[in-house]
Amino acid sequence: MKKYLSFFNIRFVNSLQYRAAAVTGIITQFAWGIMTILLFSAFYKTDASSFPMTFNQLASYIWMQQAFLALFMTWYFDTDVLESISTGNIAYELVRPIDIYNMWFTKNYANRLAKAVLRCLPIIIVAIFLPYPYNLAPPPSLEALLLTILTIFLGTSILIALSMLVCISTFYTVNNMGVRMVFLFFAEFLSGAIIPLPFFPNNIQTFINLTPFAAIQNIPFRIYVGHITGVAMYKGLALQFIWLFISILIGRLWLKKSLKKVIVQGG
Amino acid sequence: MNLYLKFFSMHLKGQMQYKFSFFLTLFGQFIGAFSSYLALYFMMTRFHKVADYTFNEVIIVFATMMFSYSIAECFMRGFDQFEKIIANGEFDRMLIRPKNIIFQIMTSKIDFSRLGKLIQAIIILAYAIPTSEINWTSDKITILLLMIAGGTIIFSGIYIIYASLCFYTLEGLEFINIFTNGALEFGKYPISIYGKTMVKIFTYFIPYTLFQYYPFLYLVGRSQNSLYAILPIGTVFFLIPCYLLWKIGLKHYTSTGS
Amino acid sequence: MIELKNIKKTYKIAKRESGLSNAVKALFKREYTKINALDDISFNIKEGEMVGYIGPNGAGKSSTIKVISGILTPDSGQCIINGLTPWKDRKEHVENIGVVFGQRSQLWWDVPINDSFELLKDIYSIDNKTYKKNLDELVSLLNIEEVIKTPARMLSLGQRMRCEIAASLIHDPKILLLDEPTIGLDAVSKIAVREFIKKINKEKKTTVILTTHDMQDIEALTERILLIGNGKILLDGSLNELKKKKSPIKKVVLDFKDGQISEIKCIEGLSLVSNINGHAEISVNTDILAVSDMIKLISSKLNLTDISVAGTSAEELVVSLYKEFQI
Repeated sequence: MKKYLSFFNIRFVNSLQYRAAAVTGIITQFAWGIMTILLFSAFYKTDASSFPMTFNQLASYIWMQQAFLALFMTWYFDTDVLESISTGNIAYELVRPIDIYNMWFTKNYANRLAKAVLRCLPIIIVAIFLPYPYNLAPPPSLEALLLTILTIFLGTSILIALSMLVCISTFYTVNNMGVRMVFLFFAEFLSGAIIPLPFFPNNIQTFINLTPFAAIQNIPFRIYVGHITGVAMYKGLALQFIWLFISILIGRLWLKKSLKKVIVQGG
Repeated sequence: MNLYLKFFSMHLKGQMQYKFSFFLTLFGQFIGAFSSYLALYFMMTRFHKVADYTFNEVIIVFATMMFSYSIAECFMRGFDQFEKIIANGEFDRMLIRPKNIIFQIMTSKIDFSRLGKLIQAIIILAYAIPTSEINWTSDKITILLLMIAGGTIIFSGIYIIYASLCFYTLEGLEFINIFTNGALEFGKYPISIYGKTMVKIFTYFIPYTLFQYYPFLYLVGRSQNSLYAILPIGTVFFLIPCYLLWKIGLKHYTSTGS
Repeated sequence: MIELKNIKKTYKIAKRESGLSNAVKALFKREYTKINALDDISFNIKEGEMVGYIGPNGAGKSSTIKVISGILTPDSGQCIINGLTPWKDRKEHVENIGVVFGQRSQLWWDVPINDSFELLKDIYSIDNKTYKKNLDELVSLLNIEEVIKTPARMLSLGQRMRCEIAASLIHDPKILLLDEPTIGLDAVSKIAVREFIKKINKEKKTTVILTTHDMQDIEALTERILLIGNGKILLDGSLNELKKKKSPIKKVVLDFKDGQISEIKCIEGLSLVSNINGHAEISVNTDILAVSDMIKLISSKLNLTDISVAGTSAEELVVSLYKEFQI
């Protein structure tokens, strides 16, 4: 546990150092959030009846997206991990008495969390005080809030587990960029990061909701804004558990097999 | 210029050497542009119109942005990646060569893989042009070309501003992203959907409207003001403050050392 | 003709300290330290001279080179090079200088060296005839005939460095600035590079400024040394004079067959450093005992089979200089 705290600490101190970067990063995210909300507002004014949620719900959703961007960004790959595989340094890691999968997983999580902690508070605070209906509204119930926190945690874990699969594929490809690109496209788009899933054509939505991508940020944020309520919240939670379990299982098994292959080939 | 063409072919040769990696990045660029299009498509399918603009009109704006952005990104890549040029000492080397600095930066990187976005834009135009209600006279085609040229100029100017800022600091410049990538993402719809204030801001601050909005209005027949049609030419004036900022930044760099 | 007068340059560096509390402090207030990189620097270099510019890291060597090449504008002072001020008349000035930065490359990475040379030809607007003549000469002198068809990224450091030097001379510059040119090179390449620089300086009267930590470069190439420390020029003189002045101690290595080495110990001005099986090292203080007398004395006491007398190496000289000036 201490190791993982130290990862977090280093990253956090690092990001504080670059204060200019921190401030402008927040401003950038803020601008992005405002423009996105304005965009949706234009569509809302055009045809409010086609809007799958209330406008305030949409605004809250967008602000949640911005606040927790670091947790859910799909393009963040731990380059150390990728490098250690491609250079073969992973041999050294194998000699150490740690579980590699756990280490990579927690490292990724710590990095994301460190980034997120710095950004989320300023954005949340300002977004709360924006004029209705552009503000970040509070969740409909304490239950929803608790479930939001839980599902954010699970959703991030699913994303990390999926990107681990991409990392592990590096064992098998010369140039990993192609795999990453395809993953990025699907993950970004199908997780609702570009436009929230409820805005997708209805028939496509049913299909996407079956994929693990829909369990990443889509479920937590919709619980928060009250678009998913009641039993459906727990159904979403269960779905997350299932996908998390599957992706971690596949990840660990695949990693084991790949490492065996490395050892056999003599690293 | 002859020398520019030499650099052009050198970069082309160089990138063709890594065929697999090149086409992969090209494909990646295309995929990015495609997902941007998909988002637009889904939204327009659900709402049928946005602020009274039809799907066909919107995709013309989309294609224009993609087209001009990818050209600017490809040929002005040196400015876009200027932080690298400063960090690795390449810029100092440029100062020691008896050629115009801006020319040297432009020829330092020409990234053809960025044209993946261009491919998306062309596909969209291939659909949009025949299916639109516009009567494509040579005038109208010229206007479309002017729009694209104007966009290229604006994005190039923003890259120059970014590079000028790099002279002062290499941290905290990600907000420029709002005006490049952000403009691409939000500018795929006619700017007026964001409200009159936005139109004003992006006419007098960074003149996106000069190529993305006013000429577009004339093109699709929503305005009869023929002045709108030649407004893209005004984007050239945007380069003046960009150049001034560049000069100031350069002076700062040479007196602070690296 | 290179003329520097009272050049001053100060930098402000932001203080960055480790730890969480310092990082939070830094969010609100930044502290700066001032560094006098160039503190009233003045010197003149005549055409065709070859000068070694030495000093510890951070002393101001690269800042001086940057001022001379025109990359850096000093806070105050004058610099006139062949009638031009580097940072003011940039384009004109750089046509006449060639620069080799030891750790950075001016060659385009992915294309054959030849193509890089072609591009330089156009950048410096060299006419075809001159280009061909220079190219042939440089290629043969530097022995890079075989490598010029390969891209820079595929070459060894030694090969690449020779190409870099060729690249910096294609346009016949009057002044050549070399910043650590032999760093990382193998012995053979180092010698080749030194020989070449000597030749160029002799035949074309190219003025050469060499900054280096490699004292063998200095010994092989330069007559004159400029020592810079803490932003100030501490020494400006000929290498030989300095050696003579600095240390009268010479190192003598000798091999002998019979005789007692202990007999030497009582000779004034001699001290025994080591003796292993007839291979001995002695240091001689030439202020007390001249070398010729020393040899006479020793050979009368020992049956010498071999003897060599070495002066202070440039390395030792520089170390003692650094100590003296406390840099």
